[in-house]
Amino acid sequence: MTEFKALFDTYSWEEVKQSIYAKTAADVERALSAGKRSLEDFKALISPAAEPYLERMAQMSHAISQKRFGKVIQLYVPLYLSNECNNICTYCGFSFDNKVRRKTLSEKEILREVAAIKEMGYDHVLLVTGEANHTVHVDYFKKALDLVMPHFSNVSMEVQPLDQDEYEALIPRGLHAVLVYQETYHREDYKIHHPKGKKSNFNYRLGTPDRLGRAGIHKMGLGVLIGLEDWRTDSFFTALHLSYLEKQYWKSKYSISFPRLRPFSGGLEPKVNMSDRELVQLICAYRIFNEEVELSLSTRESEVFRNNVLKLGITSMSAGSKTNPGGYAVEPQALEQFEIDDERSPAQIAQMIKAQGYEPVWKDWDVALS
Amino acid sequence: MQQDIKKLKIGGVEFSSRLFTGTGKFSSTEMMEQSILASGSELVTVALKRVDVRNHEQDDLLDKLRHPHIKLLPNTSGVRNAKEAIFAAQLAREALGTNLIKLEIHPDPKYLMPDPIETLQATEALAKLGFVVMPYIHADPVLCKRLEDAGTAAVMPLGSPIGSNKGLKTMDFLEIIIEQSNVPVIVDAGIGAPSDAAKAMEMGADAVLVNTAIAVSPDPIAMGEAFKLAVIAGRMAHEAKLAPQYSSAHASSPLTSFLYD
Repeated sequence: MTEFKALFDTYSWEEVKQSIYAKTAADVERALSAGKRSLEDFKALISPAAEPYLERMAQMSHAISQKRFGKVIQLYVPLYLSNECNNICTYCGFSFDNKVRRKTLSEKEILREVAAIKEMGYDHVLLVTGEANHTVHVDYFKKALDLVMPHFSNVSMEVQPLDQDEYEALIPRGLHAVLVYQETYHREDYKIHHPKGKKSNFNYRLGTPDRLGRAGIHKMGLGVLIGLEDWRTDSFFTALHLSYLEKQYWKSKYSISFPRLRPFSGGLEPKVNMSDRELVQLICAYRIFNEEVELSLSTRESEVFRNNVLKLGITSMSAGSKTNPGGYAVEPQALEQFEIDDERSPAQIAQMIKAQGYEPVWKDWDVALS
Repeated sequence: MQQDIKKLKIGGVEFSSRLFTGTGKFSSTEMMEQSILASGSELVTVALKRVDVRNHEQDDLLDKLRHPHIKLLPNTSGVRNAKEAIFAAQLAREALGTNLIKLEIHPDPKYLMPDPIETLQATEALAKLGFVVMPYIHADPVLCKRLEDAGTAAVMPLGSPIGSNKGLKTMDFLEIIIEQSNVPVIVDAGIGAPSDAAKAMEMGADAVLVNTAIAVSPDPIAMGEAFKLAVIAGRMAHEAKLAPQYSSAHASSPLTSFLYD
């Protein structure tokens, strides 16, 4: 059985980091003019040497994205089902040691939230939970999917990593995509940020996309939490992971997110700050490296940033998001996982997308297809 | 202008325009409608996944395609095998009231490469169910003949990878397909410029399907019209027969003069 870990273990974080920072303008030029871009090209595109090329990268990224995806932006919204969590994660509002009231939505409450989300116009939904295996387990997910599926064309999940047979039980119920972010590929730092709970198992998390691929998932989402470690090195490992998966599980689609660490009550300050310019560089680098991968941008980012970055390679966006269970209807004031920045309503976001000459797309899947 | 070229018949339906279009990637449904109208296209493909077939009366995209001269060609984009495709086709027929189905089975979501094995199986099954099957396939001459045997109404070989705008990279194979085919050959995917469309028509393709090149152009309406004219020009040239091409003007030293000495 092939596992990404075997490939991952052949790389050293420090060597990769050094090679990224050693890239030159000539390497960037070569990457920009290459036909198919390699992982070495990607390193050049995310390196400090590429900073003077930002405008050229943005122009390329814009053109490539339009050719592949058209003048459209897919809209989705998260539905937080639970903030119960047995993990300690230094950066997360749901962390076990964060003394807040915990809530897991009941079936009735899920349906109230669904109604509120449908009211906003959504047809694609992302179910989110913490990791509390005694209460929020596969049976809970099965029930949640059965409740939610009749109301949406496309349902994704961002929950704790599961076993292959558990994914195999959820996919036939309509589960379309699973997002599992590695947070950081820096093994030692990962330990520091995840000292307790099932999430502290780096290897189990690293193997999750393999399990999803073997289970035959339609789409999976990768990413790291930007701010924990050197973002360039972490992004290289994300790209390495993506390239491996695309070859291994060629029937699955892939998306990448680049969440920057956001403040929450009593939380961690980012170790590494990523500027707006650097995030634009990263988005364009991903697009130029991989023309087909979906790139997603959440409400973590500011209004101005989201307005301007929309044309640079992004393919999907959330809007009007609440990051607390019950946030849309049941209990709007409960504790959030992180503070969102862009607080505009879905209708306002759709208007902004149109004003930029793009079509906001609410439906791009049909349950009849799976 | 379009009466100057022969009409095309597929599954009992006649088309004056040999330019088929798609509905994806446009900046708005209004822009899509205007571009399609400018293109003169009479057969427009719609991805089932993009529209609300269960409430199709209210669907904005479908609403924009309600014109007397436009026929819908639902497509199965997103399915990964024959079973899913057959299910999707039946849903389309039931909801949209058309027998026409553009069969797209691409288990590979990256390059959207059509699966020849599943496509052949689905074509056979759908033809038996009375569908007018139009499968999107590789430019594979043998597969085209196998699809004919399976009851396909047309074949839709790709010119180059879908959405790539790279033109007729498969030209040598398209020529063989056109030569051998007993069903209409529609070049689908990869046509990036009106000149590509004209070239395909000159070669004898029965029609072309264009989406990305129109939708992603900065002026989709003008580009729709440009494709319309190119397809007419290409078809007219094909019907009129091109003058022969010579690679060199005259042989400088004749090889057969000895016969006349």
